[in-house]
Amino acid sequence: MEQVVFYLFAFLIISSALAVVSLKNIFHCALFLVLCLFSVAGIFVMLHAEFLAAVQILIYVGAVAILIIFAIMLTSKLAGRDPIMTNEMTFIGAFLALILVFSLVYSLSNTFFRLADTEPAPQSTLELGKLLMTEFVLPFELVSVLLLAALIGAIIIARREGN
Amino acid sequence: MELMHYLTLAAILFSIGFYGILTRRNAIAILMSLELMFNAANINLVAFNRFTTPDGFTGQIFAIFVVVVAAAEATVGLAIVILIYRNWRHIDADRVNLLKW
Amino acid sequence: MLEKAFIIPLLPLFAFVAIVFFTHPREKLSSWLAIISIAAAWVMSIVVLVEMLAYDGAQPYRLEQAFDVINFASFRLEFGIWLDPWAAIMLIVVTTVSLAVYVYSLGYMHGDPRFSRFFAYLALFSFSMLGLVLANNFFFIFIFWELVGLTSYLLIGFWYEKKSASDAGKKAFITTRIGDLGFLVALMMMAMFVGTFNFQEIFAKVAAGHISGGLLTAIAILIFCGAVGKSAQFPLHVWLPDAMEGPTPVSALIHAATMVAAGVYLVARTLTLFLPDWHTFVETGALTTSAWTVAWIGLVTSLMAASIALVHNDIKRILAYSTVSQLGYMMMALGMGGFTAGTFHLFTHAFFKSLLFLGAGSVIHAVHTNDIREMGGLSGKMKITTMTFIIAALSISGIFPLSGFWSKDEIIGSAYRHPFFMVVALIVAFMTAFYMFRLCFLTFFGIPRDRGKYDRALESPRSMTLPLIFLAVLSVVAGWVGIPWLKHGYASFVYHGYPHHVEPNILLMAVSTAVALSGIGLAYLMYYKKSISAEAMGERFKPIYTLLYNKYYIDEFYDHVIIKPTHALARFLWSFDDRIIDGLVNLHAKVTLLLSTVKYWIDVYIIDGIVNGLGIVTDAASGVMRLLQTGRLAHYLLVVLFGLILIVLLSTSNLLNWAFLEAGIK
Repeated sequence: MEQVVFYLFAFLIISSALAVVSLKNIFHCALFLVLCLFSVAGIFVMLHAEFLAAVQILIYVGAVAILIIFAIMLTSKLAGRDPIMTNEMTFIGAFLALILVFSLVYSLSNTFFRLADTEPAPQSTLELGKLLMTEFVLPFELVSVLLLAALIGAIIIARREGN
Repeated sequence: MELMHYLTLAAILFSIGFYGILTRRNAIAILMSLELMFNAANINLVAFNRFTTPDGFTGQIFAIFVVVVAAAEATVGLAIVILIYRNWRHIDADRVNLLKW
Repeated sequence: MLEKAFIIPLLPLFAFVAIVFFTHPREKLSSWLAIISIAAAWVMSIVVLVEMLAYDGAQPYRLEQAFDVINFASFRLEFGIWLDPWAAIMLIVVTTVSLAVYVYSLGYMHGDPRFSRFFAYLALFSFSMLGLVLANNFFFIFIFWELVGLTSYLLIGFWYEKKSASDAGKKAFITTRIGDLGFLVALMMMAMFVGTFNFQEIFAKVAAGHISGGLLTAIAILIFCGAVGKSAQFPLHVWLPDAMEGPTPVSALIHAATMVAAGVYLVARTLTLFLPDWHTFVETGALTTSAWTVAWIGLVTSLMAASIALVHNDIKRILAYSTVSQLGYMMMALGMGGFTAGTFHLFTHAFFKSLLFLGAGSVIHAVHTNDIREMGGLSGKMKITTMTFIIAALSISGIFPLSGFWSKDEIIGSAYRHPFFMVVALIVAFMTAFYMFRLCFLTFFGIPRDRGKYDRALESPRSMTLPLIFLAVLSVVAGWVGIPWLKHGYASFVYHGYPHHVEPNILLMAVSTAVALSGIGLAYLMYYKKSISAEAMGERFKPIYTLLYNKYYIDEFYDHVIIKPTHALARFLWSFDDRIIDGLVNLHAKVTLLLSTVKYWIDVYIIDGIVNGLGIVTDAASGVMRLLQTGRLAHYLLVVLFGLILIVLLSTSNLLNWAFLEAGIK
């Protein structure tokens, strides 16, 4: 049963990813991106990372993807014809990407991972919250500062002159 | 499922994302491909967390932070893209080559 | 006074220094300073002689005073005085003739622009000659030997504006130099083999037999070389006639009485080296090789010079050859072992020869010519000159009872063991009488041949005639100290080895007088009475006449055989040297130029090449490298991807594992 679900999600991820990188219409790409992100959330759930799945959907799909769609709408000529979406490196890029996959898989399969036998811990959310506030509080704060900086930066970059 | 399956999945997703960055001309498409790569990394992290140290949550914490940072980066990136569009009326990555020799 | 004899040479030296540095501009003062100094020296010399004569000891008086200049174990140089009767006699000779000449020069050199300088040179000469006479070792005597040569050169070439005069000075110096070379080699041999220069030490070594045989002969002959040069013996006699270019007082002082006598003095002084075994010699009369050399050269010289004097017409040249001839006489006597004879003749000859020269100077001063063919009948106008001259001429011809008679007889007598020499000596005596009176008759008697000169002729001033009279007196009486019948005459005062006893030889006296009278008679007939024509004689003996007139062509011979080749060699060497030096310098310059050009090229091309090359390479490389910067992100990422794949592959391969293993990481 688990396998089927996995393969389903895997199929979704891969196909939507392929769509993201190859479709001519950028808007369609964005939509497929959303689909991909949802599928990844599903994978997370399978890996007993429920909170993370929620975070993924909230942030990635809810914020980033929307942002991207907004940007698309601001910057593309939706009504016009679609310009050429890919550059001259498709062939070599595909070739090298394939090689990358194979080399990664090869190297991973030759690596010995010390797998543990224990079951994953339940109530991940609670634990994660505790950890964030105790052990990882510093990165937590830093990341909030980072977000602030990013926010201000984005505003400054994107505002119109004279304002 | 085995660790290897998840790792393979993440590798494929990563490569697809890399291919997308290399190939696409639209700057936003590049950013979207970048998101794909981030997600591949996240899958890896969580998979390792699940199979190697199931008691701990280090991988998940890491993945959370990756998400947050990715979000911030996407923000700034898109702001830049908008700015470029505003100045040059296009967002063709191939034509953004001011650092050319 | 005897111990202070060393002051005698210092007096004219003082005059020389004073004139050169202080009184030069004041002519009268300079000349009187010189005269006073030499007069004082003369007086001192007389005192020395008197004291020496009064010396009452078993041995004759001998004094040696010296101080060491350099005294190492192997080498000793000293300056010292050797005072003995012979030295005392020489002191008298030098100072007397010098005094006469100095006074004479007051008149003769009057009006000469370099008047003071003349007296300075005269004083320097007197100092040198007196020092030479008193020296006690070879080194010291050599110093004065050279000094005398120097002053001779200076005085001969005194009127250096005249080329012939300066040439004559050069000739004198160079010719005597050749002789001096022999002397110098003798000195070196002495230093090497004998180890001392001191006369007495050397004589002692000879007596002890330390030096003998070949070495002794060699040294003696080499010393004689020096004497040959200085005393103008054959073959180095050529300078003396030319030296007549100098002022007449110079000729009188240096080339008649004193400097040329230095050679004779040296041989006499060192006679021990020539005849080391005096005792045997006295017994047997056997002569050594060196003594024979001296005697023969003396003989040849006297004969040759006398023959040349027969035909010359320059009054001073005749007297010069006469001097050479008389010196030959003295050398011959010394070579025969006649120490007393040779020195005695030197003594008397100094007086009458200098008188002859001064008289000739007086004549020249009056008629302004040297050529006797332009003179004649001067006896009427120059009485004192004529009279003194005749006295001197009689003396030199050997007429009783003048001084020359006694000394000449001694000379001829000293050759009694060798009849050939006696005969030749008599022949020379004949010639001497002949040419002297030829000179007298042609100059002072007969009809004046150049009326203009004759009219202007006047007797010379007192400054010139007084010395003439003074010397004339000496020419008469000086020889009386050597009269054979005298118990304590010259021969018992000045001798070598044993006191010399002179046997009066009536036969010899008669023969020599006859010879002299016949010589005078012939001259009388030819040049006074003109009963025998001189021209006819000359025609009949034309070849001989030409030979004699050209001085046996000796000068020409030297010129061709020695002088011209030397000049040629010198020119050749000069041009060779010049070419080499020029060549070297030019070569050096060219090489330097070449090197610098090469270096320039290297500098320009290599350094420029390197620098430019660096620039070019960098430029080219950057030209290529910049193409990597396409500005397109995709391209950069491609590279990244490539690298990523590489890393992934490497991480799995054994390479990295092996590397980690090496580094010690598991």
